Amino acid sequence: MIPETLKTSLKARVASALTPREAAVDVMKELQAHYGWLTDEAVEEAAALLGLSPLQVEELATFYEMIYRRPVGKKVIHVCDSISCWCADCDKIIQHLKDKLGVGLGGTTADGMFTLIPCCCMGMCGDSPAMSVGGVPYGKLTPELVDEILEMERNNR
Amino acid sequence: MELPLFRHNRPNRVVTFDEYREEGGFEALKKAFSGMSPNDVQQAVMDSGLRGRGGAGFSTGRKWSFVPRDLPGPRWLICNCDEMEPGTYKDRVLLEHNPYSLIEGMTLACYALGVRHAFIFIRKGYEKAAANLARGIEEAKKAGLLGEHILGSEHSIDLDLHLSAGRYICGEETALINALEGKRPNPRSKPPFPAVKGLWQGPTVVNNVETLANVPAIVANGAPWFKGLALNPEGAGSKLFCVSGSVKNRACVELPIGTTLGDIIDGACGGMRDGRKFKACIPGGASTQFLKPEHWTLPMDYETVAKAGSRLGSGGVIVFDEGHCLVEATLNLITFFARESCGWCTPCREGLPYVKEILTRIENGRGEEDDITILREHVKYLNYTFCALAPGAMAPLDGLLRDFEDEVREHITKKKCPFKG
Repeated sequence: MIPETLKTSLKARVASALTPREAAVDVMKELQAHYGWLTDEAVEEAAALLGLSPLQVEELATFYEMIYRRPVGKKVIHVCDSISCWCADCDKIIQHLKDKLGVGLGGTTADGMFTLIPCCCMGMCGDSPAMSVGGVPYGKLTPELVDEILEMERNNR
Repeated sequence: MELPLFRHNRPNRVVTFDEYREEGGFEALKKAFSGMSPNDVQQAVMDSGLRGRGGAGFSTGRKWSFVPRDLPGPRWLICNCDEMEPGTYKDRVLLEHNPYSLIEGMTLACYALGVRHAFIFIRKGYEKAAANLARGIEEAKKAGLLGEHILGSEHSIDLDLHLSAGRYICGEETALINALEGKRPNPRSKPPFPAVKGLWQGPTVVNNVETLANVPAIVANGAPWFKGLALNPEGAGSKLFCVSGSVKNRACVELPIGTTLGDIIDGACGGMRDGRKFKACIPGGASTQFLKPEHWTLPMDYETVAKAGSRLGSGGVIVFDEGHCLVEATLNLITFFARESCGWCTPCREGLPYVKEILTRIENGRGEEDDITILREHVKYLNYTFCALAPGAMAPLDGLLRDFEDEVREHITKKKCPFKG
């Protein structure tokens, strides 16, 4: 169950849209922020708010890269593996992240802190290789810089 | 001559509303609202030769002219800021430095097209750009330049932001329209085209950020001025080139249309990195064909690049040096497209993973002579799709087979990647 305050603000968001389902992505994002991922319960709640069936919400939720329909760590690491980052040797960065975190792609660290997911071009090609941690973008990555960022993000909950 | 898009930029921060206005910002809007009819604005854009900066390069004036004037009910304008074409980051750089040219350009476009309500569709990860736009919209409203009764006139225009959740296909205009409506963003079958039946079945224009951001300068200075910015006679205006890969300074720069490839790399980017030798580049994002050393002096304009067998595309220039294996580079591109395929139509959903598998085999030294033929067939047949994703994916593969067939063949005959020890 979501708190009344969140429910009220989401209802207001839906009411301000030209049609209710136009607000679907915003509603899913807010519910995801509340639960940590888009739980089954969240899908049902989104459906009720938007006047859709849970299946219609599911259709949307499974489409978008940044909506998580499975549990994820406290912070999700999206590491870019598209062409500009490939030119900047992102394979080395991805391998370093795997080794450092002790997980494969799609995996979550044992302490539940990080989930590692590859992603497509982040529009940071000028600063490649790039990744984002919990939505914060980082570029010009080196293995050393990755270590520093992980340390900082781990402490800065 | 001063180029229109980056002239308000400050290093490392966003230009303020007051600074933008002091430098002539919103003067185009005043000019249009005080003495130009909507048709005049549309005609200026048509005459300017402005072409869509998102990738397809279609004439903006013509696109606007397809909107029927006599249909009842609302019509819509959508700005496409779903910038997810690999190698492309120009719209982010523009909006992180200046949201106002886009806001003014969209207001002018709404005026020209008779649109009451417009949207800016922004990808996930561009939160800074979105925050700049949200602030800019509020500032413009307060100053009477947006919202109800703009500049005291009878015209009212609203701009709304739609923040997406990440998916390349949302940049395809009919998929984008579905996404905005809150539907699963598969592309729609065309016709009907969005200009006739788009958002909520109303006439809809979808334009790229850079395209719309050019409109104020065109209205303020006139079509001949805009045309004159280009270095080649057929061209018009400036272009944002965002360069990545093996150059010294990877930068997003505004240059006149018709600037040569060599001047972009040597001039704007300080040349190749670490003394490496230029082997090839992709000139306009992932869905364009390779250019080679012989194209070093090629003027970068839509027609000239098309004649050279590629496309100017988005202006996302990805530079490869002689140490890069282009089979592996193409495999990386195809992997991207295979993952981003929405799965709606069969050639794309099934074809791209198959191409990926063949390229993986070749790269790993397990390719066979027949594979080249099979790849060529896919280049041909993956054109039969709903949208441009799969044909776009085939562009670099087509280029690889056309320009670097020897390199592909070497992988097969040597049974290994010649770039790996």
